Amino acid sequence: MKRTYQGRVWKMGDDIDTDTIIPGKRGTIPTMDEMKKYAFELLRPDFAKDSKAGDIIVAGDNFGCGSSREQAPAVIKANGVTCVVAKSFARIFFRNAFNIGLILIECDGVQDACQDGDQIEIDINNKVKTNGKEFPIGNIPDNLFEIVNDGGLVNHIKKLNAVKGGK
Amino acid sequence: MGYTMVEKILMRNAGVDNVEVGDIVTTHPDMFMIHDIYTPYVEKVLNEMGTLKLDDPDKVTIMFDHCLPTAVAKNDSIHYDAGIRLSKKYGIEKMHIGEGICHTLMHELHYAKPGMVVTATDSHTTTYGGGGCFCSGIGTTEMAGALTTGELWFKIPGAIKVELTGKFQKGVYAKDLIEKIMGDLTASGAQYKSLEFCGDGVANISMEGRYTIANMSLEAGAKCGLFLADQQTADYFDENLADIDWIRPDDDAKYERVLHYDLGKLSPQLSCPQGVDNVHSIEEAEGTTLDEVYVGSCTDGSIEDLKAAADILKGKHVAPYVRFIVVPASNSIFKEAIEKGYIQTFIEAGGVISHPSCALCCGMPYGLLSDGQKILSTGNRNFIGRMGSKKSLIYLGSPAMAAASALSGKISDPRKLA
Ligand code: SF4
Repeated sequence: MKRTYQGRVWKMGDDIDTDTIIPGKRGTIPTMDEMKKYAFELLRPDFAKDSKAGDIIVAGDNFGCGSSREQAPAVIKANGVTCVVAKSFARIFFRNAFNIGLILIECDGVQDACQDGDQIEIDINNKVKTNGKEFPIGNIPDNLFEIVNDGGLVNHIKKLNAVKGGK
Repeated sequence: MGYTMVEKILMRNAGVDNVEVGDIVTTHPDMFMIHDIYTPYVEKVLNEMGTLKLDDPDKVTIMFDHCLPTAVAKNDSIHYDAGIRLSKKYGIEKMHIGEGICHTLMHELHYAKPGMVVTATDSHTTTYGGGGCFCSGIGTTEMAGALTTGELWFKIPGAIKVELTGKFQKGVYAKDLIEKIMGDLTASGAQYKSLEFCGDGVANISMEGRYTIANMSLEAGAKCGLFLADQQTADYFDENLADIDWIRPDDDAKYERVLHYDLGKLSPQLSCPQGVDNVHSIEEAEGTTLDEVYVGSCTDGSIEDLKAAADILKGKHVAPYVRFIVVPASNSIFKEAIEKGYIQTFIEAGGVISHPSCALCCGMPYGLLSDGQKILSTGNRNFIGRMGSKKSLIYLGSPAMAAASALSGKISDPRKLA
């Protein structure tokens, strides 16, 4: 299983709410391919255009606060972001993110050590590294990564059910 | 290194010997509950996932309480039929249809026991923490996933310790304590945290009172509200204290915050419109006229709650024009209240007695308010429009306060009648 993630930093502040991630009025767009173009449209109009596979968001406290809509983590993932590293996450966002296949890492301190465009490396269950500085992170069990790698909870269970031969 | 109660319970279930706040652990919940509102959604996701068999149907219970009997056409065919289909397809035998409110049944039937990890599709799942059980609500997608695999992950939350000392004065109850805490912490003050109730004062709070407090811990944003296990807990669950007395924090457990309350110094409290954390002492709201008074809900519909109300109402009659509605939280509570004469007292006092269910707490079946009307409810939420019109006003208080207020038709201090 993949244990490290490396990518380019998108730096954001505290209290990034679900409306900032994807404005409520965009919530009715029928496909994710179309909706993802509006991710962070008010805060970072360059995000949807310039983000690429493997990018990593680094943010402050309370990332994902606001509504419980699952589209918020989903549009971040659809833009290629693999992980969000933040000081803290809103609870519902936290559960939704893993369940749709986006990795979240809680880490305090790294926010002051990197800027937009810097490289960052995440060594799962160990540390976050950027610009020569390292910060410890907590443990996430393997089966949560399986959910993420399968593309979210629904797909993960579908796969398990298929392996069980539909039993 | 010492651990908080939530750490101890989650570690034990997950089979790990060390955790820190922020770690994620994989648990195998001991019990799963789905209530009637969510049966169609859980069924839909299980179908989408292609689940033909649950990990362990004996660990699953389905309870019909929110819309039973329904006041909305087709609720029966949508919610009940989905529940019955789930039961048949997956062999779920623990079906409880119209036996009472889900959260009350969960501890009454010993489905949620001390030291267990339990989950349900409802926010007030925190209730069973009154008996030292870790329990937290989840959404329907996660429920469907967890029913299939038997696994559910939780992040180890930080914890706030609530040290209790002393004994309630006459006319002051568990509801007043948790409302006081709500006011102090605000609706988000315990966001994602474990609220842990400890100290000598716990022994002076009945099991019913502990369930009231754990139930409302959710309204401060808490992930769970846990009580240490003591002799009362052991007696309630027919357990040996020696088997459950590990459910208490270690002396050197790390808490983010410690709050102290002397039960003896509390006065009756009210959550005023519109916000559970808009808490005031009785003096500030006394005299407000009321249209309706409701005793019931998973917060305050226990036998002890009915007794507190009946003691005040015995031989008296509620004020003219006040609609006084009593809803025992479960059938067994209802039967006991009949045996003990409380129901007769309520009827003679002019009350309307309704069958055990969520009743007007979820604003579905009856008792709804129109513009400008005011209710004193013993429930747990006074959100705008929860019990009828968006322009109605909801006050939350203890059953004794409700009874005293029904008598006078105005918000009243139960201590003056006690
Ligand atoms: S009584 Fe009220 S709070 Fe309790 S489960 Fe029913 S609707 Fe929810």
